[in-house]
Order: sequence, then C-alpha cells, then structure tokens
Amino acid sequence: MEQTNEMRIEFDSRSCNESFARVAVAAFMTQLNPTLEEVADVKTALSEAVTNAIVHGYENRVEKITVHCAIRGQELILTVSDKGKGIADVEKAMEPLFTTKPDSERSGMGFAFMEAFMDEVQVRSAVGEGTAVTMKKKIGRPAGEYLD
Amino acid sequence: MEDFFRINGTDLTVCVPAELDHYMAEKIKRGSDRLIENSNIRRIIFDFQKTCFMDSSGIGMIMGRYKNMCFMGGDVVAVNANERIRRILTLSGVYKVIDIYEGSY
Repeated sequence: MEQTNEMRIEFDSRSCNESFARVAVAAFMTQLNPTLEEVADVKTALSEAVTNAIVHGYENRVEKITVHCAIRGQELILTVSDKGKGIADVEKAMEPLFTTKPDSERSGMGFAFMEAFMDEVQVRSAVGEGTAVTMKKKIGRPAGEYLD
Repeated sequence: MEDFFRINGTDLTVCVPAELDHYMAEKIKRGSDRLIENSNIRRIIFDFQKTCFMDSSGIGMIMGRYKNMCFMGGDVVAVNANERIRRILTLSGVYKVIDIYEGSY
C-alpha cells in the first residue's frame, strides 16, 4: 500500500518566517529518506514561493500564508497559498527575468528556480482572491533510476 | 549586524550568513549601501564561506550591489562558494557579470 502523510502550517507573511517554513518542510520530508541535494532543492523552491506571497501577493502587508505538504508514495507535493492580490497573467509571471518590481531588486528568477528544482509547478491564481502554487517532486528514487 | 561587513582599504567584504534568503538579503542590502555611502568602496567581495542556502532574493541583492558598483566604477566578486551556491550563481546567470574565485580572494 502507498505511503501517505500530510501536514499544514500557517504563519504571518513576515520574511523572518521563511527560514521557519523551510526547516518545517525539510523536517517533514526526512521520512522520504531524501539526499541532501533533494532537501536543498525543496527548500529553495519553497523559499521562492513564500517570498512571492510576501512580496507580490501581500505586497509586504502582514497576513497569512499556508503551506500544505503531502507525501504520496515517493512524491512530495507542496502547496503555498496566499489570499493576496493574485496574478493577472500567470504565463508572463513565470517567464525568467520578468518582474513587476525591478526597483526593489527582485531578480525575476523565482518561478524559474521553482521549475529548475522541482519536477512540476502549477499555479492557480485569481486577481483579488489570491494564489496557490503547487509543486511536486519525486524523492529518494531507487538507485537504478539515476542511471542513464 | 555589523559582523557581516569588513572594510579593508577600498574593499568591502560581506561575510554572507548561513542562509541568504529574502530576510537576510534585505539586511545585507541596507547595511552595505550605508557603508558604501560613507566610505570609498571600489570592490565588494561576497564571502560565501559560511553559506549553505541561497535563493533568488540573494541573486537580486547581488545584482543590485553589482549595479551600484558599476555606477561607481568598481566591481563585485564572489569567493568560497560551495557547489550548491555555485549552481545558483550559474543558473541565474550572475556568473557572467561577477568573478567567482575558487578559494579565498
């Protein structure tokens, strides 16, 4: 039978909570027996999604961010949600180097990093309602799968 | 806070903390800009000796300091980056505009 497990955390959209969210998800995923690199990949992708919620979703207002984390077999499924301003053009937002905030030194690499470090990234967003970013990654593949 | 920074002549060394995320990037941005305003800095050295995590907020902060240094005729280098940090610097394209040195500078 396939192993399943779930957890959900909610926290204020303050940048000092980003390290807390990373540590919580990293601790939860240890049951999949990940490599250090897989943990680092997930932490980076999570950090990007949470930063987006703070900087763009809430535009630095303090509200709530939810991180939902599920394990289905060897797959880790992460969803980061906010109830902020939403994204008008998701396709445009996901283009590398595109940013709506070049003046505040945003690199425009957030979604590109999420896509680079996870297997799959899906964005659901409605203007005025919020955004949910779901990311999936297979963890701890059997040794054979690493071979070409 | 001041522990992140060391000035030696016209060099400003930034001792990047263990995790360079959105929160830390804002701190380093504010601190280094204040030092650059008040001293004659011609080179910023980002020392990643202690760093094991960086995301795109770190990239944005480094690019911002690079632009400031270009404007003032200076440059930016990165030293002591581990494999993970190098990967992020490469993936983002930052390696094209700043020099990355193997060990220390």
